[in-house]
Amino acid sequence: MAVKKFAIACYDDEAPLFDAVHKVRHSGYKLHDVYTPFPVHGLDTAMGLKETDLHIAGFIFGITGTSTALGFMSWIFTSDWPINYGGKPFFSLPAMIPITFELTVMFAAVGMVLTYCYLNQIMPGVKKHVFHPRQSDDLFVVVIEVTEGTDEAELMNFLNETKPVETDVQIAEEGWWYGRFDQEENYSKQFAS
Amino acid sequence: MHLKYESFIREPLVDGEKSYSDVTADICRPIEQKPTKLWYFGFFVALAFLGFGAFSVFWEVYWGLGTWGINHTMGWGWDITNFVWWVGIGHAGTLISAILLLFRQHWRTGVNRAAEAMTIFAVMCAGQFPIFHMGRVWDAMYVLPLPNTRGPLWPNFNSALLWDVFAISTYFTVSLLFWYSGLIPDFATIRDRAKTKLRKRLYGLASFGWTGTAKNWQRFESLSLVLAGLSTPLVLSVHTIVSFDFATSVIPGWHATIFPPYFVAGAIFSGFAMVNTLLILVRKLYRLEEYITMGHIEAMNKVIVLTGSIVGIAYLTELFMAWYSQVIYEQEAFKWRVMGPYWWSYWAMMTCNVVSPQFFWFKKLRRNIVFSFILSIVVNIGMWFERFVIIATTLYRDYIPSNWTYYSPTWPELGFYLGTFGLFFTCFFLFSKYFPVIAIAEIKFVLKTTGDKAHKDNLALEEKSLEEFIEIANHAH
Repeated sequence: MAVKKFAIACYDDEAPLFDAVHKVRHSGYKLHDVYTPFPVHGLDTAMGLKETDLHIAGFIFGITGTSTALGFMSWIFTSDWPINYGGKPFFSLPAMIPITFELTVMFAAVGMVLTYCYLNQIMPGVKKHVFHPRQSDDLFVVVIEVTEGTDEAELMNFLNETKPVETDVQIAEEGWWYGRFDQEENYSKQFAS
Repeated sequence: MHLKYESFIREPLVDGEKSYSDVTADICRPIEQKPTKLWYFGFFVALAFLGFGAFSVFWEVYWGLGTWGINHTMGWGWDITNFVWWVGIGHAGTLISAILLLFRQHWRTGVNRAAEAMTIFAVMCAGQFPIFHMGRVWDAMYVLPLPNTRGPLWPNFNSALLWDVFAISTYFTVSLLFWYSGLIPDFATIRDRAKTKLRKRLYGLASFGWTGTAKNWQRFESLSLVLAGLSTPLVLSVHTIVSFDFATSVIPGWHATIFPPYFVAGAIFSGFAMVNTLLILVRKLYRLEEYITMGHIEAMNKVIVLTGSIVGIAYLTELFMAWYSQVIYEQEAFKWRVMGPYWWSYWAMMTCNVVSPQFFWFKKLRRNIVFSFILSIVVNIGMWFERFVIIATTLYRDYIPSNWTYYSPTWPELGFYLGTFGLFFTCFFLFSKYFPVIAIAEIKFVLKTTGDKAHKDNLALEEKSLEEFIEIANHAH
């Protein structure tokens, strides 16, 4: 987490966005991130992101649920408190299937959503810098980090050639902070001093 | 041109040549405006019903189950009828959001948010009934396998009623997570547009700090897909388990293998009817006709005629099996169901559920708003009667004729039912005012391929020769 300087370019359609991402990757500028109002298919591969492993977490939580349910019920029925229900076997697997299934789904869903929130670093009260208020409306925002070695004027020229509808330079908190949006002003003041 | 080419024969899913910002503005409008007088009126009527329901429940808890019309023979009455009815209604939301996602039915994007909200509120209503049916409601936690000082003594995991506890709670949790994970990006949209400080703070809290980076969206899509994959068997399992409450017993009229598929079809049937009722109102009140189009309503009417016919076949199969089984108790149970003192409920069910949806074979009627609205209510009345028929007309005459009884509800039972309507509509009014009733991000996602403008572009493309078409497609992204 650190306050850094960013150059942003906004596009109003997918086509110039893909061109811009392509050019930025070949130019050697440090692509911070791309913000879009909805999932744009193919953008992750265009940016060189790997496929997410979230579904593997879901599977692991799922089998945890399965074994919890089966283990708990068999332990109760065979050792902790066996009860004779009309002469039926103590370990009656078919009768355990519904609860086993439900707990599998429950564990997988809850675990996956928590993992999702952790990976995305989202939580009630968490705030992140919004580069453009319309990035959740109709603009696709490409954000490039202005490092010490970056020639800012050259970068802005480069961005303007990609036909953006808007460009800007912002000082922003890179990660998240807990609290309110107006707290961010203090961060940028610290950066300036 | 987009890579996906959609035939001009298909109707556009979003009318009126919308741009991305039009979509945002249209769907956020009800949230950013002051509520109308009609909204206040509806909201306070719903609150009044909720209040009466709370009083009825208080009365029942204070004086005991004797205030209800149920007795030794008729143990379940209106209470479990209403439980099954509400759970059934709850099935459409997850069906639309999960199964239609897996089937890549893009028309779901217009209706899934409201349908999922309806699911959650319906399951909340459903959950009240078994809990207060326990009588000593303060002991309700003993249905959970909690450690206790009696051994510990555990619940009976072989019981279908306990399976229900797990099924309903899992269903509620998973539906809620699915719904909310989809809402997070839309709350962020409202937060970024917010003009007032309070709105910015509240939606900032609700949006969890979402900004919509490429990696976040990638995980978002992965999460939706896996949750859809998990919810699909879950939807089917929940009403299957509800039907096990009946089918695993040895009561003539309940002990039937047809129950699980028959209940699931009935649940989807009533759920789609409820979605239709609500969405026809929502699209009118919030002027969202361009997003919830006639095509959406027609698609849901098609599901209604399909599932209604499945339910109809199930009713006839039950009668056939009763005769074919040669079991005298089965035959008598069904004879009294059709011709006994409760004959009116059986025939109300048959008329509303089997006969009335058949009108939807006609395209003109499927695309008629007033007719669809009336029929959606008729279907839900019919589905209530179905549950009443299954419960009341099976229990009222058991093996010993001296136990035979006739059951009518008392006012606290009626009040409890009306109270759940109050709860449902209070929640739905709040939802329609403070939440985006249509999934903003998902509509934008399908806008370029299935919107009105895309269709008009495709029409122009139809005129082109094959060589020109290939040329354009090759230069597309």
